[in-house]
Order: sequence, then C-alpha cells, then structure tokens
Amino acid sequence: MISHILKRAFQSVLVLFVTGLVAFAMFRFVGDPVENMLGQERTEAEVERLREQLGLNDPFLVQYWDFISGALRGDMGVSFRQGRPALEIILERLPATLELALVSALLAMTFGILFGIFTAIRRKGVMTNFILTSSLVGVSLPTFLIGIFLIYVFSVELKVLPSFGRGDVIDLGWWDTGLLTWTGIQSLILPAITLGLYQMTLIMRLVRSEMSEVLRQDYIRFARARGLPEKAINFRHAVKNTLIPVITVAGLQIGSIIAFSIITETVFQWPGVGLLFIDSIQFVDIPVMASYLMLISVMFVGINFLVDMAYLAIDPRLRESKGH
Amino acid sequence: MALLDIKNMRVEFPGRHGVFTSVNDVSLYVNEGEILGLVGESGAGKSTIGNAVMGLLQAPGRMSEGEVRLNGERIDQLSEIDMRSIRGKRIGMIFQDPMTSLNPIETIEFQLVETILAHLDVSMSEARKRAVELLEQVGIPEASVRIKQYPHQFSGGMRQRVVIALALCVEPELIIADEPTTALDVTIQAQILQLIKDMCKSRKLGVILVTHDMGVIAETADRVAVMYRGRLIELGDTSQIMNAPKEAYTQSLIAAVPPSNKKIDRFPKVAIAESDGSALQDFDLQSHWLGRGSAYETSSGSLLEVRSLRKQFLIKGAIRPSNRKYLDAIKDISFDVKAGETFGLVGESGSGKSTVARVITGIYPATGGEMEFDGHDLINTKNAKEKQQVRQDIQMVFQDPYSSLNGRMKIGAIVAEPMFVNKLAENGKERREIVADLLELVGLGKDAARKYPHEFSGGQRQRISIARALATRPRFLICDEPTSALDVSIQAQILNLLKDLQDQLKLTLLFISHDLPVIRQMCDRVGVMRFGDLVEVSETEALFEHPQHSYTQTLIGRMPRFAK
Repeated sequence: MISHILKRAFQSVLVLFVTGLVAFAMFRFVGDPVENMLGQERTEAEVERLREQLGLNDPFLVQYWDFISGALRGDMGVSFRQGRPALEIILERLPATLELALVSALLAMTFGILFGIFTAIRRKGVMTNFILTSSLVGVSLPTFLIGIFLIYVFSVELKVLPSFGRGDVIDLGWWDTGLLTWTGIQSLILPAITLGLYQMTLIMRLVRSEMSEVLRQDYIRFARARGLPEKAINFRHAVKNTLIPVITVAGLQIGSIIAFSIITETVFQWPGVGLLFIDSIQFVDIPVMASYLMLISVMFVGINFLVDMAYLAIDPRLRESKGH
Repeated sequence: MALLDIKNMRVEFPGRHGVFTSVNDVSLYVNEGEILGLVGESGAGKSTIGNAVMGLLQAPGRMSEGEVRLNGERIDQLSEIDMRSIRGKRIGMIFQDPMTSLNPIETIEFQLVETILAHLDVSMSEARKRAVELLEQVGIPEASVRIKQYPHQFSGGMRQRVVIALALCVEPELIIADEPTTALDVTIQAQILQLIKDMCKSRKLGVILVTHDMGVIAETADRVAVMYRGRLIELGDTSQIMNAPKEAYTQSLIAAVPPSNKKIDRFPKVAIAESDGSALQDFDLQSHWLGRGSAYETSSGSLLEVRSLRKQFLIKGAIRPSNRKYLDAIKDISFDVKAGETFGLVGESGSGKSTVARVITGIYPATGGEMEFDGHDLINTKNAKEKQQVRQDIQMVFQDPYSSLNGRMKIGAIVAEPMFVNKLAENGKERREIVADLLELVGLGKDAARKYPHEFSGGQRQRISIARALATRPRFLICDEPTSALDVSIQAQILNLLKDLQDQLKLTLLFISHDLPVIRQMCDRVGVMRFGDLVEVSETEALFEHPQHSYTQTLIGRMPRFAK
C-alpha cells in the first residue's frame, strides 16, 4: 500500500515537472521578454547585459532548472503589466475563485448525488421524468448562455440579485471572504449556479447509471433475500458501492470547475484568477499566465492524488497490494 | 402438514410480444428435514419458483395463479413489509455465485450483524457473538479473526460458507439454494453439499436445492422434481427418478449425463431438447475444400511436443526485482500430443490448464521451456511466415459462447474472417461458399450466415465457434471448457459434433475441462494438473480405474456420481 502511495506521489511530481516545462516554454517562445522590457530605444550592450542578468544565455536545461527552482521558492517572475511578483497577484485573486468553485462544487455534488439516487430508485414517475428532462437543458446549454439568462431574469427583470462583482468582502488578513456579508452571499448565488449546473447534471446522470447497475448486482438481491429493509439496501449497500466510480469523476470536476470558472467570471465580472488570466492574455503578461498555469496544474494533480487516497479509504480491495 | 406447500403455481412475465409463462401449474411440497431437488435445464423455470416463493420476482413478473403456504399460513399475498419479515427470518436463500453475492466493501461481520439485527431484538454485542458462532458452525477456522475481513479475502468455497451462514443466521425453517455449488470446484462442491446436508438434518430444515446437475441431485436430494419448460414433468424419490424414470424427458435427460463409470461411443440425444442439427453429412474429403489442407502424412508420431514449459505472471510490481512477486501458473511441465488423438487436461480452477492452452496458441508468451509443433519451434522462431502457418494449424474454441463472438458482426463475417486473414480463399464467392459448407457441417444450415450472434442459443453459438475454428483448416484444435456453459443435453450434442469432426477431418484435439465424466468420454489420454504442475499423465481408462497420484485419487473420489 505504501509503495502504491509513493508511486502515485512520484507520478504527480512528474506531471508537475512536465507542466512546468510548458509554462517555461511560454517564456521562451511567446515573444522575447527582452524586447518587451527594453522597448524600441535600446543598445546592443544593454540587451546583452539584460540577457546575462536574466540568465537567457545559459543552456536550455540550466534555464529550466532555474525556473523550476524559482517556482519551488515561490518566485514566478515579475508581472510585465503591474511590476509586482506574479504569484502575489495570483494569490490575491485566489480566494474569490476558490470560494466560487467550492460553493458550486458543493451544490453540484449535493444535488447531483441526491437527484441521481432518487431517479435510480424510482425509475419511473413524474418527478423522475421532470428531473431527467430538465437535466438535459443543463448539459446542452453553454455556460455563458445560462449566466446571461440568469442575469436577465434575476437582475434585470426581478431585480433581486446583483449581476456583477463580489459584493462586500471582509479581509481576514490572509484571505478575503464574501461569505460573511449579505451582499457577498447574494452576489455568489448566480455565478455559483451558473458554474455548477453542468457538473450537477453530469454527476446526477453518472450516479443514476452507476446505482442502477449496482441495484442489479447479486449482493443486492441477496440482501433483499435476507429480509433487510429497503432503506438499508439502498443507502447502506448500494450508495457506498455507487460512489466509488463517482468519486473519480467528481474529483476531476472540481478541478475543471476551477479551470472553467474563466467563462463564468467573465460573464459576472467576478474578480477571481480566471478574470485575471483573461486580462493577462490581452496584455501578453507571461509571468502571470505561467503562474496561473502552474497553479491550476498543482490543484489538478493535488485533487487527483486525494481522489486516489479516497479510493483506498473506501474500497478495501485496493488497500492490499495489488494482488489480482 | 408440509413445511412449504405450493399449489398450482403459475408465474407470468408480460412482455412486448405477449405474456410469457415461466412456471405453469406447478404443485409441490417440502417437509422439514428434507432436501427436495429441483432439476431442469436453463429456461425450465426452476429458479423462478424459488424467487416466486420469496416474493422476489423481477418486475414485471408476477404470480398470477396458485398459492404458497409456509406451515399452513398463506404467504403469497402478503404485503412487501410483511414479506420482509419472512425473507431471511423464515426462508433463507443461497445464490449461485459466492463471488458476487456478498457486498465487496463491507466486512463479513457487518453483513452478518446487520442481518441479525434486522430480524432479532438483540443487542449489538449479542449479535456479534452470534455471528462468530455461526461462522464456526459453517466450518470457517479462526472465525473471530476472519469475521473482521472483507469478502475478497476469502476463497470461493469459504465465501459460499459465509453465504450459507448469512442464510442461516436467524434460523429459518426453509432454505432455497439456487445452484449453490455450480461455481465451485469438485472438491469444494462435495464439502458444501455435505454442509447443507448436515445443516438440514441437525436443524430440521427444509431445503429446496435448485440445480441442473444430476450428479449433485443424486448425491444430496431425498426427493426430485423434474422441470421442463415451466412444467413439472415428474416428481418422486431420488432413487426412483434416477433408476427408473417414468417420463421420456427424464429418461433422456439422465441418459445425456456423461457416465463417469464407463466410456460410451456417442451420447444419446435428449428427445425434446432444442432441435438438433441432423447427423453429420458425409463429406468427400478428397474433393472438398476442408480436405485440401489435410494432405499431411498422418504419422503416428507426436504432433505437439512440450518440454519444461514454464509461465509466470507478475502479480506484484516493485522497483527492486527481488521484491517483485510472481505467480507460477505453469511450473515446468512436459507432455506430447500424438497426431489424431484427443489429449485431455483436467484440473480445478487455478491449476493452470487454460494457461497451457493460451501459451500453445501464443496468446501468452512462454516464460521458459520448449514447444515443437510438427517440427516447428513455437517459442524461439522469428520467422513470421512460419509463425503464421503454425497459427493457422492451431485453432481454439473458447469456454464462453456469449463473449467469444463479436455481437456486431454477422455469422458469415465471423466465420469468413480467419480465411480472409490467412488468404485461404480465391475470392469472395468462394469464401461465401466455404462459409455455407462449414455452417452446414456444424449443423446450423447456411442461412445462419446472415444472422447475428444474439439470435442464437448458447449451444448454437458454440457450433459457430467451432465453424470459425475450422475455417483455417486446422490440424490441431484446442477446446477450453467448450461445454461448461451449456446444458447437459446441448453438451451431448456439441461433444458428439466434436467426435464426428475429429473422425472426418483427422483432427488432433487438446480438450480442457474440469468435468471428469466429460473427460472420460472424450479423451484418449489425460494429464492431471494441480497448482501449475502436471501430476499424472496416463491412458484415460487406466487413469479412472487405477489413479496413481494421490491427488488424482482424491479428484476421482470426489466426483459426484450416480449409478445407471
């Protein structure tokens, strides 16, 4: 089991090195940073001095190593646009994105799993048909359209919820949160629904098909033949077995919620890292873009690692060394 | 008064194409302390009776007529809630496959305690104590330790003991055992049947034993009910049914069981089973396509020579080679298969017999040793053309006729594919003619070419597999448990077909099976495998009459048998 964990950890680090290479390649190939920094009025000597100073004359591998070791110390370079460390700018914006992602992931998982179980147990009925049909809407409409539609209904027509921004935030020193103020919570509702709707539908459909499969298994029939109450069969035996494959997908979805928040953040002008990333692309602010890329990949890899560990916790068959 | 009394039971499954009657006017009873065997082929409705008694029919199935009484009390009209207090508490059920009937992610203790608490008003600690006692009673050693373990930590036989403990845990009056030993090896089967017999006698249980295996019935049941297409054909004492069956169907069913005590030339056909393809037509092999390949000198020497063959599987990877763990699936075995004979490999699951077949066909590479087929080195040869030629000469028929055919290909394309790959036919027209001939040869008729696999039954699919294997004009046919997924009457047909084909086409067969009576009927010589070793190789009759190795003696001793 320990070798299994070590193996996964090693693979995670390897993935980070590869994405690091991609982020690093951005510096090298998306325009010349020296051109950007010195502008038109420059002498050969100045260029040469800066190249030496930035280490651009070193061999490729040495530069890559400098970049990685810098990244490990939290030094991702200085934003071209703001002149401040890129990582600092990202970390300032991160709480907004993480709060949005967390709330929508929570919404998606809670309702996705609940509706999934419900529609699997009651395979027919008005309620089931309604949930299944409306879930099709969630899958087929693009996120920005749902966002615009929600803004139109709740902000323009009904005027009950704000259409942009984060509302009032409270600074906790290391984290500024919108969850503690009324306007902050109001502002969160529409973006969270917009971002979580697709994931909710996906999780619901997955839970439904997995659970229908599990309910056909022999051990469910055998549990029924032992006279166990229906509630125990559905919730003690079936749900836990259902959730094993669901965990993988749900974990990956949390990663993509963070990554896909770019669209939602743009629609709602949410001051998170996604919006920052869009702005940085417009200004070719490579250090910020590279930092964003690294941050997202660290999160993806971290979540994947946690999912693997959750597998080990739930499924006793995996806890032993892979025998079969 | 009988413990369980079923009167005029009729079970219907309404479907799109009308109502299908699965059980039709069946009446039977079980007394306490008695084992009633319920026997029949697949589709006879024997499992449906058990499910109907338990109120566990799959929707939209329903019991439309008749009544079920448990100790005089009518139970077929009870509500779902009332029925729940009968299931498990008064009637226990044992399923066929112990590998799938336990929840894989909960401990044995959890599942036992949960069931006890659902029916009895006892405390948690009493339930735990009772659970340990139950495991001891069904013969699980170190019960107090093993109860904390998960199902995957138990072997198949041990799991079936756990299943029996679960079925017995609140002392039901009746047990319905649905094929309880079909998924188990012969030695384990004997133990489980003994356990069921003991429990039946010591607890005064009534048992309904549902099975397709006449040998199991003969050894275990007190009375036998024979089912055919939803109807009860015959009901009587075991000795009467086995020795002097009155009905024609029962007679033919018993006749189709391969006898374990003597070798017969052909299997008798079951009179009213699925329509048999008529007997093999005579082919003029000199002129026919199938004969064109067999211009080999049919020497009496060895066609296949296996020397010190080994096969390892990596079961636990590690960075340091010394920490890696391997499973020795085949440990250093040697044998010859002579041209024109049928060589049998017999053994229990995990003995490595299927691995041998897969190494010979090249599905798995060998870890070590030598194999020679008609003078061609099978292991070290690098010559692609030679390899292709040998592959064409060796063909295989697999165990499961449902998963070994591509469901999206028509039968014609399935059978033609090997010819296409090996360029054995001049053109498409010739290929189609040969396919038609092959399908006629295996008794399906040439119209089968236009159909898809799902339109055929298990036995018919196995005929398709055989036709496909013959399509390369092989000299050596490997049959890996070709009939173990089939009913006994269909098994008889397939085995007859294989014998006929062998006679006509001068095929050499490697016949792999765990079923000793089948091996006795089919093989000229037999090798017995155990844990990857070949413990004994001998002429078939000598092996069955005078087994030399102690393991062979055990295996033959445990084989269920009934005198004919």
